[in-house]
Amino acid sequence: MRPVAVVGIGKTAFGAFADRDLRSLAVEAGEKCLRNANATPALVQSFYLGNFAGPSFVGQNHLAPYVSTALGILGVPATRIEAACASSGSAFFHAWTEVAAGVYDLVMVVGVEKMTSQPTARVSQILAGAGDCSGEMKVGSTFASLFAMIARRHMHQFGTKREHLSMVAVKNHAAGALNPDAHMRKVITLEQAMNSKPIAEPLNLYDCSLVSDGAAAVLLAPLERAREFTSKPVRVLGIAQCSDYVALDQKADITTFPAVRRAGEQAYRMAGVTPREIEFAELHDCFTIAEIVATEDLGFVEKGQGGPYAFAGCTALAGARPVNTSGGLKAKGHPVGATGAAQICDLVLQIRGEAGQRQIERHSLGLAENLGGSGATCVVSILGAV
Amino acid sequence: MRSGTVYTETVIWSAPEAFAADAPYQTAIVALDGGGRLTVRVEGDRVAIGDRVAEAESRDGIPFFRKA
Repeated sequence: MRPVAVVGIGKTAFGAFADRDLRSLAVEAGEKCLRNANATPALVQSFYLGNFAGPSFVGQNHLAPYVSTALGILGVPATRIEAACASSGSAFFHAWTEVAAGVYDLVMVVGVEKMTSQPTARVSQILAGAGDCSGEMKVGSTFASLFAMIARRHMHQFGTKREHLSMVAVKNHAAGALNPDAHMRKVITLEQAMNSKPIAEPLNLYDCSLVSDGAAAVLLAPLERAREFTSKPVRVLGIAQCSDYVALDQKADITTFPAVRRAGEQAYRMAGVTPREIEFAELHDCFTIAEIVATEDLGFVEKGQGGPYAFAGCTALAGARPVNTSGGLKAKGHPVGATGAAQICDLVLQIRGEAGQRQIERHSLGLAENLGGSGATCVVSILGAV
Repeated sequence: MRSGTVYTETVIWSAPEAFAADAPYQTAIVALDGGGRLTVRVEGDRVAIGDRVAEAESRDGIPFFRKA
């Protein structure tokens, strides 16, 4: 396998954009990415689109060539990857395999979702399609309710507290307020976070990520060619995608995600680093409990101690190991199919030292964890400065 | 009828389209006495982790359990 680098990134702002359609968002991110890499569409040899539910949200299928041709990328393989909320993380993984294997040199990933044209109850119904529709979803579950059941169990087994969950929301909103592209740039207090309206007990409104529109794009190239495109290449040091049961009730222990643990172990091994060495991370905080569990599964902290770890400020912007300096899915927003690619963009911004007001001091080695559903797909990527 | 112990539970306030009229309602993952786990709707009294529950009825293919 050859070393691979990210040579370009581009993303739209995340938010609710009544006047924007799916394709215009994807094209904006893709064009910004090509400009960022000083590349033209004709150079792109393979194209991946990460998208969860375009057919349901906006009634459009065959999305990969629908987007790639609008970008002026013609004739090459154009492939859509669907892996629930890990769609563009998985697209990034598959793009990486093509470059690493030497099949192609320049491969582009665009992640996109257009969600806000549907009312909330309809959005919940569409998102429920990422669970097991013959079992857990048939009884009226939502993704919030699945993660609420994880939170209940985590509280029961480890003593995790309501305020631990809320602190994750508080610190991600604090970071998001500094991100000009974030959906919600609003600082919140612990009291606000603890006392908002219930969604699925024990989770309330501030434990949940946002329903957003947005797109993000990444361009990959062999490391040996990276400087043709950028003066600041960022190397993909380790990457892995793992899978697990779709239904939560099939998992032996719902306080941990085996797919996250496995993907983490494989990515650490490939990168030749230990969890302790990771300086910062973008973790999949679709719900506050998910970030807490991820810090445990990825070895940042001992099993069961993720709540106190977050509450002590260790993962805040000024903490020892900042998590979600972008604001995370919680504040930056969660246009489902765009999230994995956006996490890579946010790691690259930090590593290049281009993160503006939210730039952290130690930023040479970062990790992204993109989770699909209630843990059936996970992609872990470790990126580092060259 | 099936019975078991509540492994975890939640009360759903924000429901998907098809269940909006039922909210708030409780769901649980039940560790069945015969082995395996099942996601169910809970009717009657609210239940907590460790409570004993038994199947009361099945409507539209949805298993409804009650506190035993």
